[in-house]
Amino acid sequence: MKLLLIAESREGKLLGGSYELMAFAQELGAETAMFLVGSEADLPKYDGTLYLADVADAGEYNPEAHRALILDVIDKEKPDSVVFCHSSYGWDLAPRLAYTLKAAQISEVVGVADGNMVVPVCNSKLRREVKAGTAQTVITLQNGAFGLAEDPAGTPTVEKISGGTGTVIEFSGFELAEAGGVDLAKAQVIVSAGRGIGKPENVALIEGLAKALGGEYGASRPVVDSDWVEHNRQVGTTGQTVTPKLYVACGISGAIQHLAGMKKSEFIVAVNTDKDAPIGEVADVLVVADLKQFVPVLTEKIQAL
Amino acid sequence: MKILVCIKQVPDMESKFKVDESGTWYAKTDLAWRMNEYDEYAVEQAVQLKEQCKEGDITVLCIGSDQVKETMKKSLAMGCDRGAHIKDDEASGKEPFEIAGVIAEFAKDKDFELIFTGMQSQDRGSGQVGILVGEMLGIPSVSTVVEFSYEGGTLDLKRELEGGIKACVKVSSPAVITCQLGLNTPRYPTLPNIMKAKKKELLSIDIGDLLRVEPRQETMKMYFPEKKGGGLVLEGEAADLADQLIKILKEKTGVLA
Ligand SMILES: Cc1cc2nc3c(=O)[nH]c(=O)nc-3n(C[C@H](O)[C@H](O)[C@H](O)COP(=O)(O)OP(=O)(O)OC[C@H]3O[C@@H](n4cnc5c(N)ncnc54)[C@H](O)[C@@H]3O)c2cc1C
Repeated sequence: MKLLLIAESREGKLLGGSYELMAFAQELGAETAMFLVGSEADLPKYDGTLYLADVADAGEYNPEAHRALILDVIDKEKPDSVVFCHSSYGWDLAPRLAYTLKAAQISEVVGVADGNMVVPVCNSKLRREVKAGTAQTVITLQNGAFGLAEDPAGTPTVEKISGGTGTVIEFSGFELAEAGGVDLAKAQVIVSAGRGIGKPENVALIEGLAKALGGEYGASRPVVDSDWVEHNRQVGTTGQTVTPKLYVACGISGAIQHLAGMKKSEFIVAVNTDKDAPIGEVADVLVVADLKQFVPVLTEKIQAL
Repeated sequence: MKILVCIKQVPDMESKFKVDESGTWYAKTDLAWRMNEYDEYAVEQAVQLKEQCKEGDITVLCIGSDQVKETMKKSLAMGCDRGAHIKDDEASGKEPFEIAGVIAEFAKDKDFELIFTGMQSQDRGSGQVGILVGEMLGIPSVSTVVEFSYEGGTLDLKRELEGGIKACVKVSSPAVITCQLGLNTPRYPTLPNIMKAKKKELLSIDIGDLLRVEPRQETMKMYFPEKKGGGLVLEGEAADLADQLIKILKEKTGVLA
């Protein structure tokens, strides 16, 4: 079996997900080649052929051009599968490529079982095994699902490619996330509010518990999207990644994008009315309770210590 | 301006799920159903665009059994002009390529200037349909949009990337936009608008009239993930739970020391 791994970079910097593609290939025992739109200044540690297109020519976001470049490489390498990260780059480009290849695309793979791909369903409450009906496939891998056992090593044999053009979508630059405000990464204790808080007034409960524990408060995305809490307190893939000594998730279901930002915390407590909430998968303690009742009681008892 | 919005009805994710008898999908009984969260942003953006242009005609499309009409009515009450219900009792078994094929077949001769979809559904989460529709219709598509502005056929968009960074892109209509959480603030339908929605046209089309593509993948099995275990589950009365948790935090973390 042969895989074409689509690595990723942003502003010339290689993104870590690229190594998860290698880990997936290792798990399958597959031969590989790699493709990257990036910069020679930051190449993946990889023993194999790397088809490199310069981002200065191919563009940061130019799906038409990137697809054309990948198609050229597919012609040469004839891979059985083309593998992307399930990232803003991968989930945007993969369906376009699959369409041209007339290939099945299987999204957000978390594992392999009996030759079928395993993917999550319903906020990871369920799993699904998927079998492709086409010989060639396009696959995207869930962020964090595959990891190399050892630090990556190696030097790629770089084959420079160019030629992709695309004129339909015009990319004009990046806008960085607002800086300033709290630095959650420094906090030893983070208590986070999820949609389960129900209304903005209840942010105070979460803030109160955070204070009692000598920490900061954070939030899941819906709470930020509703403007109940500012964006620089958002934890997850599109917010911050945190690793405090203690993370308390209140009314947070545990979507993969939230877990990606906090699952490496040393100790995790979840407060949730739903005993089956996926946050239970990473929590050291799951308190099955209504946070509106439980959090004030807990806060009071901690203050009284 | 003609606008198409594609929506899906999904179970409330807090539901207690069961696997059905076939072993390949979740049982559809005893579930609460609602509009796919991402699609609420798609409906809202379409309605805002119509308000901005002071003209426009919005069709909302949904594939599924008769039950999805409830969700369609919500989008009509939010401001869509008509519904196109594509009747299919087996919709949950259709993979993204088939769903996109049906939408593209519906849209192909209707000159929609913009097509809005959610960036993914909450149940399958494949994130493919919007982009595939664009490919099938031969029009550009931009995914994961969190900021949208339209001026005379030009779309200024921001795509959301990891870490809260955004990519600024420009594209001309016709185009497909897949909507990410936070793009806008979806409105709650008002009572008068709910009443008005009841009178809006709801076309019914049989799936057989629009399904022209073959599936490219199949679900072999559905099951619950193995609980990795280790985690302690505490249940009971609030004060008791608080005492138990404080004891654990003292033992296992340095936090209350
Ligand atoms: C590309 C992308 C990027 C994303 N980035 C992020 C990100 O950075 N961060 C992030 O958080 N999300 C992110 N998301 C969104 C993510 O998929 C989820 O939608 C989100 O994390 C859900 O937030 P939640 O858990 O607060 O809400 P829900 O999923 O709605 O969960 C609410 C939880 O509260 C519980 N609950 C309800 N009432 C109570 C009560 N009274 N007491 C206790 N518990 C209660 C419920 O049982 C439920 O488990 C992203 C999504 C996408 C597609």
